[in-house]
Amino acid sequence: MKDETIICRCEDITWGEIRQALEKGYTTLDEIKRVTRAGMGRCQGTTCRRIILREIAKFCHKKIEEVAIPTFRPPTKPVKLETLAGDDDE
Amino acid sequence: MMNKRASVVIVGGGIVGCSIAYNLARMGCKNVVIFEKNSLASGATGRCGAGIRQQFGTEMNCILARESIRIFENLSQELDYDIELNQGGYLMLAYTEKEVNQFKKNVALEQSLGIDVRYITAEEAKEIVPPLNTKGILAATFCPTDGHANPFNTNFAYAEAAQRLGVKIYNFTEVKEIKTEDNRIVSVSTDKGEVLTPIVINAAGGYSREIGKMAGVEIPVYSQRHQILITEPVDPLFKPMLMSFSRNFYCQQTPHGSIIMGFGDPDEPKGHDIGTSWQFARKMAQKMTAVVPLLKEVSMVRQWSGLYNMSPDSQPIVGEHPQVKGFYMAVGFSGHGFMLAPVASRLMAELILKGRTSIPIDRLDIGRFERGELIIEPSVV
Repeated sequence: MKDETIICRCEDITWGEIRQALEKGYTTLDEIKRVTRAGMGRCQGTTCRRIILREIAKFCHKKIEEVAIPTFRPPTKPVKLETLAGDDDE
Repeated sequence: MMNKRASVVIVGGGIVGCSIAYNLARMGCKNVVIFEKNSLASGATGRCGAGIRQQFGTEMNCILARESIRIFENLSQELDYDIELNQGGYLMLAYTEKEVNQFKKNVALEQSLGIDVRYITAEEAKEIVPPLNTKGILAATFCPTDGHANPFNTNFAYAEAAQRLGVKIYNFTEVKEIKTEDNRIVSVSTDKGEVLTPIVINAAGGYSREIGKMAGVEIPVYSQRHQILITEPVDPLFKPMLMSFSRNFYCQQTPHGSIIMGFGDPDEPKGHDIGTSWQFARKMAQKMTAVVPLLKEVSMVRQWSGLYNMSPDSQPIVGEHPQVKGFYMAVGFSGHGFMLAPVASRLMAELILKGRTSIPIDRLDIGRFERGELIIEPSVV
């Protein structure tokens, strides 16, 4: 994979940035998320999570199922604040 | 391999623990170790609202916050890591007469301590934040040098700088036991091994009471969930942190464009729950769309929560325990750990290595609760 390849399309995070985080010793998905913002965008990691998990597994010589996955945080899809607020005034 | 001996063991790899480690190492202390049961910034630091303010109601908090901002202003250079400091100010909104009176007092106190803050009208507030709905706002205060920084970056910046100075950080290493002899700290046991040490610093945030118990001391702090949400990134809408005590909210747009917001639920039980609720998201959306109607069109992408570690007077406990020699505490930050860590960590390092601090903090000792000398801060969300 090339360093310029974009892994997280929401936040424009490249493989180079993720590789550097791995080499610094940030070898869990949670840490990579905190260091690079990968997976924190509009799709919440739906696209990039699997790719990063695979790369962590490769880097750490682990099986993919041995890599811890981050906490799922609601909502599944973005929701407008107007919709969340509902009709009734507080 | 784990060290057999350390001169200082720090429990907790959040902003408080990592900044103390850095300052100890910077002042020449060798053989400092951090034990973190999860990974860096996995607790309250990485979950916080990231605000940094100097607008407080007690002299102690104003001075500590003022000094912390001064450190924050040079921190990216000092630690060689961009902490994304953004000084867009804090705009505090008064909706009640009681708040108006409190804000007048706060501004007088803050100005007397050299903090650049002013008392303004609702119209002036709207000039600073054009999309603000001024309905119900009686007055406001504005401090342009308040703001926020990226808590992950700041935490990692301190951790990496500390490591360059020789500090050892053990992630995924849980402290299980703290041994004392004749009321002195002698060692710390973890799930990965034991280290002999004369000094333990409790920087365990939401779990600091539990760490205290391991050393045989009762720390009068408790943990409480605070929820928060963030929106998709949008074009710049407003610069300052918006905050109200009576309406109970804080809200700020980060340089990244996403808008972060939270409030403290007065009915939240004590404990370690860090789940989330749709009731929070709904109420939060109701609060903020009323204050900034433009936000109706913006979408929430994520919600989470973290623990405030509350002390009886909402002020941190910083210092050595009077009955256990070598057991230091930097706990009970009551929601202000991120903003106060830069200064609190310097003072803690001074206290340990020199026995005195450049800003007097003896009133932040744990003994104040028994003496009945609480420091009541009137301005807390």
